[in-house]
Amino acid sequence: MTAVARHLAIARAIAAKDLRAELRGRQAVTSTLFLAALTLLIFGFALGPDRASLAAAGPGLLWLAVILSGVLAVGRLHQLEMEDGAFELLALYPVPRAAIYLGKAIGGLAAMLALGALVLPLTVVLYALDVASALPGLVLVIGLGALGFAAIGTLYAGLTVRLRAREVLLPLLLLPVVAPLLLAAVSATASLLAGDPLGELGAWLQLLIGYDMAMLLAGGLTYGLALEE
Amino acid sequence: MATRVLGIGALVAVAGATTFALVGVAADLNQGEAQRIMYIHVASAWLAYLSFGVTAAASVWWLVRRGPRADAIALAGAEVGVLFTAATIWAGMMWGRPVWGTYWQWEDPRLTTTALLLALYVGYLLIRRLTDEPARRATRAAVVGIVAAIDIPIVHFSVVWWRGLHQGPTFMSPDTILNPPAPGQFVAALLLMLGAFSLAWLWLMVNRYRLARLDWEAEESARRGRLPGLVAAVPAPRP
Repeated sequence: MTAVARHLAIARAIAAKDLRAELRGRQAVTSTLFLAALTLLIFGFALGPDRASLAAAGPGLLWLAVILSGVLAVGRLHQLEMEDGAFELLALYPVPRAAIYLGKAIGGLAAMLALGALVLPLTVVLYALDVASALPGLVLVIGLGALGFAAIGTLYAGLTVRLRAREVLLPLLLLPVVAPLLLAAVSATASLLAGDPLGELGAWLQLLIGYDMAMLLAGGLTYGLALEE
Repeated sequence: MATRVLGIGALVAVAGATTFALVGVAADLNQGEAQRIMYIHVASAWLAYLSFGVTAAASVWWLVRRGPRADAIALAGAEVGVLFTAATIWAGMMWGRPVWGTYWQWEDPRLTTTALLLALYVGYLLIRRLTDEPARRATRAAVVGIVAAIDIPIVHFSVVWWRGLHQGPTFMSPDTILNPPAPGQFVAALLLMLGAFSLAWLWLMVNRYRLARLDWEAEESARRGRLPGLVAAVPAPRP
């Protein structure tokens, strides 16, 4: 078994554990889905009933709902594990730290994709966005955005999970760091919906890919330090 | 003693550079007196970036070597950097109001980058404050410091594109004041201010570094059950 295959096998086992616990009713992420839906509804009330302005704000609101609920989702994935006393055991496993990080990040990615899968159709219904022609591109953008958010969110959730003020601290740390991701994802979504009139889609996708790789690298290298305390 | 000389030198230099910038240089033809704010604004911005560079380097140093000196330098850089970043934004807004007609200009990539920079390092200082044990605090902070350093260039690219892809610059950005044929005396005033601010920066860094080292020692002693200073005053318990 090569080193890469071993890393991936460990990561898959950890991610499968998180997924199984979630499906058996741990409710770490499921409740954040409801929050995302509620956020979209509340944004509608805040912006008023004008269809045109709601549609114009659609891409931004979609990503705000994903990111605000995502902060809670990645936080709770660690928090519940900590409360169960399982986080210490996870840290004691004699396996590469990067593999543990990868596993937790895949769990986070699954949560973010679930959020995206819920929020996208809701935005279509509530804000009258016309996504039919842009659907494959939107799926790609949501995938890249979810990956980048899971990459940095998992690192920071692991870093703050032992702190008393983690519920406040995690968004304070995370939101400024994901600002470029938000910007790129919203711009890519808006340009997809408009049929990419300025030919800028490629640049935003490149930025998202670069962001994802930078944050995965940072997480893989430093997540172990958060575990070793 | 040397630090005190440095402090007094910095004070004199800042006073001298300020006087020169206020009365020694002519006001700008287009922007009038408001342009004088630029000397403080640009000097603060350069030192803010220098501070965060110091924090990033010291964070890596801590993770590799685990020396308390590295952590003290990282903290000094972040705290002094937040101070200079806040000064940069404040001066920029004071300048923007008369020249641009608005305090905040969303289309200026430097302004938005700087605002996020402030948020990133306030977060860095917060996670430090919320961790009690010195070595853990240093490690957590170092990770945040390194992620912030990776994030800054991405933030800058993203906001430059965000504006650049939609339309060209609408207003003058602060650096274009210097780049077109700027009169020699403007450049001289800026360099003088930068030198004076650098002295003040160094003085702040040295003092904050020393304070951080003392804090570290006090915390370590308290953890081992001894407080420096109390040792002589309180008699040791009889065996």
